[in-house]
Amino acid sequence: MKSASSRERIVLRAARELQDGFYVNLGIGMPTQVANHVPDGVEIILQSENGMLGIGPFPLEGEEDPDLINAGKQTITEQPGASYFSSAESFAMIRGGKIDLTIMGGMEVSETGDLANWMIPGKMVKGMGGGMDLVASANRVVIIMTHCNKKGASKVLRECRLPLTGVGCVDRLITEHAVFDFEDGRMILRELAPDTTLDQLREMTEARFEVTDDLAEMTW
Amino acid sequence: MNKVVPDAREAIRRAGIGDGAVIMAGGFGLCGIPENCIAAIRELGMRELTFISNNAGVDDFGLGLLLQTRQIRKMVSSYVGENAEFERQFLAGELEVELVPQGTLAERIRAAAAGIPAFFTPTGYGTVVAEGKETREFDGRMYVMERALPADFAIVKAHVGDAAGNLVYRKTARNFNPMMAAAAKVTIA
Repeated sequence: MKSASSRERIVLRAARELQDGFYVNLGIGMPTQVANHVPDGVEIILQSENGMLGIGPFPLEGEEDPDLINAGKQTITEQPGASYFSSAESFAMIRGGKIDLTIMGGMEVSETGDLANWMIPGKMVKGMGGGMDLVASANRVVIIMTHCNKKGASKVLRECRLPLTGVGCVDRLITEHAVFDFEDGRMILRELAPDTTLDQLREMTEARFEVTDDLAEMTW
Repeated sequence: MNKVVPDAREAIRRAGIGDGAVIMAGGFGLCGIPENCIAAIRELGMRELTFISNNAGVDDFGLGLLLQTRQIRKMVSSYVGENAEFERQFLAGELEVELVPQGTLAERIRAAAAGIPAFFTPTGYGTVVAEGKETREFDGRMYVMERALPADFAIVKAHVGDAAGNLVYRKTARNFNPMMAAAAKVTIA
């Protein structure tokens, strides 16, 4: 089950991005699972773009409140001190840079930090939801995705082929093989997984990247 | 002044919502949607409606009920992926869809409510969303000009209301409801 463990590895590594006191917005799907792995001693406040700060765990059966959902439309609970606000205030908070960190999934990331994750031409277009707003904000944007698609082709590209969600918006990319940062239009390898060699990484990565002098082993 | 009317059907009728109307509908997913007004519009049977609403409901709830009866001509939404009938009508060319990023949709409605005709946002710069729109640089970053989005009518869901029309919303059922209530010429809660 390579794919299951790859996804688990990505989620666990992404959880290490969480710092004490951070206000965090987690995307739908794999990013939502990051909330299950908050490091010990770290307290974060989760924002949901449908208008809430202070998301708690999923409710027990029978205790669901239909007026209390997350952006993935799942019923949730509130933490002490939670607050509610309109969608306009929510995105004001997001665009205004009041959220420290956004973790979101991706379909393609380019070497200049462009992101594509909202539509595939020829398939039913469901809409961008709040994704374009979240990546256009002043927040730190961390994208988590598997390195290659199901056919084994690189999703880390020189240029995105799918329609863009945002231009130069990615600060960090975490895959099951590596961690890259995007700085001033350059893509820099920061961490490499212990079971991947640099040659293998270059083989599976279409994008051109630099290697930092203090390359670290990726842990999770 | 007492703004209370006997029921949703009477409110829709008195507001003068007719064929071809542009209506804002609050809600996020199935949370905080004006279900009674939707039911009344279904009963009254107006057609060729344009709805401004973050989502399009599911097949048998929310605006999905008005898709079933083919009363909707156009949707202005940020995400519509939860509805098979929507997909069928869209792919058959029976339904027009304008996709707007969620934060931009919220702010366009807020702007209409606040008398702001347009604003600049970083959202969507360099994407299909910005095509044909004015862009401008402020302090080294690029922004897209978006126009206010007004409507004649809004149908919203609130938790508590009074005879003067003051509304209180509950938890995440608030979402788009307050801006829509403020942006439309006539609001039904």
